Amino acid sequence: MMAKTNDLENLERDLSARIAAASDDAGLEAIRIEALGKQGSISALMKTLGSMSADERKEFGPKLNALKEAITEAIVAKKAMFAEAALEAQLKAEAVDVTLPPVRPRIGTIHPVSQVMEELARIFGEMGFAVEEGPDIESDFNNFTALNFPPKHPAREMHDTFFMNATDEHGARKVLRTHTSPVQVRTMLKQKPPIRMVCMGRTYRCDSDATHTPMFHQIEGLVIDESSSMADLKSVLIAAIKAFFEVDDVRLRFRPHHFPFTEPSAEVDVGCDRSGGQIRIGAGEDWLEILGSGMVHPNVLKNCGIDPEKYQGYAFGMGIDRLAMLKYGMPDLRAFFDADTRWLKHYGFSPYLLPGLAAGVG
Amino acid sequence: MKFTLSWLKQHLETEASIDEIVERMTMIGLEVESVEDAGAKLAAFTIARVISAEKHPNADKLRVCQVETKLGQLEIVCGAPNARAGLVTAFAPIGTFIPGTGITLEAKPVRGVISNGMLCSGAELELDTDADGILELDSNLKVGTPLAEALGLNDPVIDIEVTPNRPDWLGVVGIARDLAAAGLGKFVAKSIEPIKGAFASEQTVATEAPEACLVFAGRLIRGVKNGPSPAWLQQRLRAVALRPRNALVDITNLISLDRARPLHVYDAAKLKGVVRARMGNSGESFKALDGNEYAVTPDQCVIADDTRVLGYGGIMGGEYSGCSETTTDVLIESAYFDSTLTHATGRATGIVSDALYRNARGIDPESCADGIELATKLVLEFCGGEPSEIMIAGQARPPPRALSFDPGRTRALAGIEVSAARSKEILAALGFEIKADGKKLSVQPPSWRRDVEGSADLVEEIARIEGFDKMPETAPPRASGFRAPPASVGESRVRLGRRACASLGYDEAVTWSFCSRAHAAAFGGGGERLMLANPISSDLDCMRPSALPNLLVAAQKNADRGFDDARLFEAGPIYLDDSDAGQQRAIAAVWRARPPRHWRAAHMPDIFDVKRDVMTVLEAIGAPVASLQAASDVPAHWRPGKAGALRLGNKAMAIFGEIHPRALKALDVEGPAMAFEIFIDALPAPRAAKSGKGRAKPPLEKLDLMPLTRDFAFVVDDKIAAADLVRAALGADKALIADVSLFDVYRGERMAAGKKSLAIEVTLQPREKTLTDAEIEAASAKIVSAVMKATGGVLRG
Repeated sequence: MMAKTNDLENLERDLSARIAAASDDAGLEAIRIEALGKQGSISALMKTLGSMSADERKEFGPKLNALKEAITEAIVAKKAMFAEAALEAQLKAEAVDVTLPPVRPRIGTIHPVSQVMEELARIFGEMGFAVEEGPDIESDFNNFTALNFPPKHPAREMHDTFFMNATDEHGARKVLRTHTSPVQVRTMLKQKPPIRMVCMGRTYRCDSDATHTPMFHQIEGLVIDESSSMADLKSVLIAAIKAFFEVDDVRLRFRPHHFPFTEPSAEVDVGCDRSGGQIRIGAGEDWLEILGSGMVHPNVLKNCGIDPEKYQGYAFGMGIDRLAMLKYGMPDLRAFFDADTRWLKHYGFSPYLLPGLAAGVG
Repeated sequence: MKFTLSWLKQHLETEASIDEIVERMTMIGLEVESVEDAGAKLAAFTIARVISAEKHPNADKLRVCQVETKLGQLEIVCGAPNARAGLVTAFAPIGTFIPGTGITLEAKPVRGVISNGMLCSGAELELDTDADGILELDSNLKVGTPLAEALGLNDPVIDIEVTPNRPDWLGVVGIARDLAAAGLGKFVAKSIEPIKGAFASEQTVATEAPEACLVFAGRLIRGVKNGPSPAWLQQRLRAVALRPRNALVDITNLISLDRARPLHVYDAAKLKGVVRARMGNSGESFKALDGNEYAVTPDQCVIADDTRVLGYGGIMGGEYSGCSETTTDVLIESAYFDSTLTHATGRATGIVSDALYRNARGIDPESCADGIELATKLVLEFCGGEPSEIMIAGQARPPPRALSFDPGRTRALAGIEVSAARSKEILAALGFEIKADGKKLSVQPPSWRRDVEGSADLVEEIARIEGFDKMPETAPPRASGFRAPPASVGESRVRLGRRACASLGYDEAVTWSFCSRAHAAAFGGGGERLMLANPISSDLDCMRPSALPNLLVAAQKNADRGFDDARLFEAGPIYLDDSDAGQQRAIAAVWRARPPRHWRAAHMPDIFDVKRDVMTVLEAIGAPVASLQAASDVPAHWRPGKAGALRLGNKAMAIFGEIHPRALKALDVEGPAMAFEIFIDALPAPRAAKSGKGRAKPPLEKLDLMPLTRDFAFVVDDKIAAADLVRAALGADKALIADVSLFDVYRGERMAAGKKSLAIEVTLQPREKTLTDAEIEAASAKIVSAVMKATGGVLRG
């Protein structure tokens, strides 16, 4: 009996040592068969249980079962260790140089003019302005006559107009719109007051030098109702300029001016600081002219089928490219239209930067 | 329009400084371009007299002078050889910045003697380049007199931009009147005394073209002695950059600038018969005072006598009849010419003159007689002589009717509260005549204010004089209730497409709306009706049919700068004709295909890269991408066989692929270049807008049964389009087949010549119950037969 107990202890010691020493799955399997296989040493001992006395079996049985369990567990544990090690080895073998560059999709840019137009659409949209549109190739009527430019008047020539070569049956030529104001005319002709709109787009003047390009962009605003005055215009402009330049303190100076299509007319200067070669809107004691505006001329209302005795309103126009330069610091207008990728990437905007709260324009 | 401060003060009594005057001018609508104040930098310098000049004890070339200055007697060391007792010169006290040397004076010893200031040369003051000695000035000048005053440099020159509505501002009087109305001083109204004619002139004047020259007033003055005009007049003209000629001509220039009243003087000895305004005749010509010969035309107004054309009416006279030192009898012309016609003649001839500038903008129609009287007074004063009676031919247009004005309009339009009394005061100061008219005012504009036509004009007058700065801020009223979306469908799509393009790696460019006609023609445009009459240059003479040529040229320019991988797009207008509908929105993109270099294998960009991009952008815009059909017929600037159109029905929504090598050659652009163009306005209206069902989406259909897939490979003729095969398979059992995707195209040795294998994966979506094998078999058979019917393809063995 004692001898048997000692045998079990020896067997456990021996098997445990061999399991611990096993170097691979195959070695471990051999040990398992040797101990737990049909002919295995533990299996053989299990078979002897039947021939034992009840007392012997009572004592020896649990010991033998415990041995079997212990060895089985040791083998499973060892096996798991091998699997773990094999995985480790595999992962190590498959490691790559994480510093290698991936193939990245390129991200392009949004042109500043587009970005600023969307900012303005948002700002004026918040104030209840709809966005209207009109064509670049315009009739002389919409671009000039309806806007109270008398035919052959010197004011027309101050516009450096591009004319189309072709003439209509009356010998009249179309023009490339010199301002976005013809969209006022189109809107008033198709819509009854109240009108509250902006339009933005390409405009053209036959002029090209360091600060002028033959094509540029304007935004035009028009409000027609029964009571809007220049004071309302002032308030709208102050709100818009505060929102656009993201400053709280904006000073505006209205200077009397002359435009054929407004009466009274004013050029508007915004307070700024020019120290250090940079223009900062909202600070300082200097003035910068930024737009033309006024009360829509009664003749314009009449020309567009609106009764000037009943309705009145204001209009304003600004250069979009110039607004972009002032806000985002581009020094040169000509570069806007060069499509130089270095410029586009530097001054352009991420397509994910939608004007709005996230991009700083609300 | 230039004038000097002292000139302005002839008509405006004011104590205001130049800065105050300029500020007020700005705030009443006179745009000040510049103020040249030559005297400003001389402010510290005054007149001094040298009492004695002794040799410096320690230096041969220096003198120690005792100088009488505004600060009393001072000892000053001076190196000038002309420093001597009695010399009157310019003195600078310690602390003065000397502009010519850039040094600020300090009281420090010069070779042991302290100099208490400096006596200055012309070069040191930057008056001239004379550095050899100190200024030698008029010995009668009083010590302490400001140097600028002594030199006559204390008269700032103001240059203003005059808006076309205010021709009266082209005379100093007009500016003074407005400044006085704005409270800057007292307007000095100088009445013009008529001078009685001593005889009836035999030299007569007439207007034979009353539509061009409404009034022609003339006066002969005989026995004049012409010569240089007085020094004050010459200086006044020089100050505004006019060259003095002789007294008679200088008088006309003075009155033109002072009163915005152009005049002309003729040497009467050269005239034969009646001097008349008439329309020109073809074949006539004259040599003008600018030395150029002008051929006149029948739509131009000339002044002529019985034998010849003397000049252009209201623009420029001729050399032949001009006044010179030898003139003894002078005919003064003071006329009123039609402004539009004068302007047109000015444009046609290219002549630039002060008379043209004023007549083209419209002078005071009632100024003809006053102009003559004023000129007569000055001619008699400077040149003597005996005036004839005034002759006046023609008649001015009657003045416009008085306006009925409600003073409350100022508040309604400009938002500024101005009382009726104050309104009257302002208008009266500007020369308007006002009568009470019930609650309203009856306002007669002065003859020089033909721009004032209605209430709004009077509001502007009152508001600008009262001050636009009085305008209050109101809370900006918001439009109430529902408002339309702030952008059109087209514009919204452009915005989406723009961001989609940029997110795919293209940089947005904005290029000209025009290009050269050759470039336009190479891209399907260049039509006669899209040509500009006056392009900025010949390579920008045609409205573009597409942004592609401009983008391709830009991409090449980038490559020439060393950046050859440009991917550019533009979302902007294209012009198919010159009508409103001919302008359409398009998004064009170009991608210069260059071999990619990357450690992971990457392919050369090709048609399928731009096809992917164009479909992605279309998807972002909300176009019905699944319904679009690709077809291989494309416009001529696309490469045949390597470009395709995406169509809805037979209308192309977009084109993609490679640009034709011939088109690239026309642009001088190196290929290959991939591109796409999306025609935003061709896309169908969004569904929600069409159905009017609002923004609600249909309920989600989520099936519980697993979809299953089956693969098929078909052998078809090489010319069969893959899309046709896919479409056939999709249509084989519309209830069951959810998707068909093409995953392999094989041509090669295991394929017969002219054949290819197309392999598709078909997704079957059971709807009510799991499919049986037999049902799957039946579906497969339908697919095979549908494909065979559509393409002639057979299952690959």
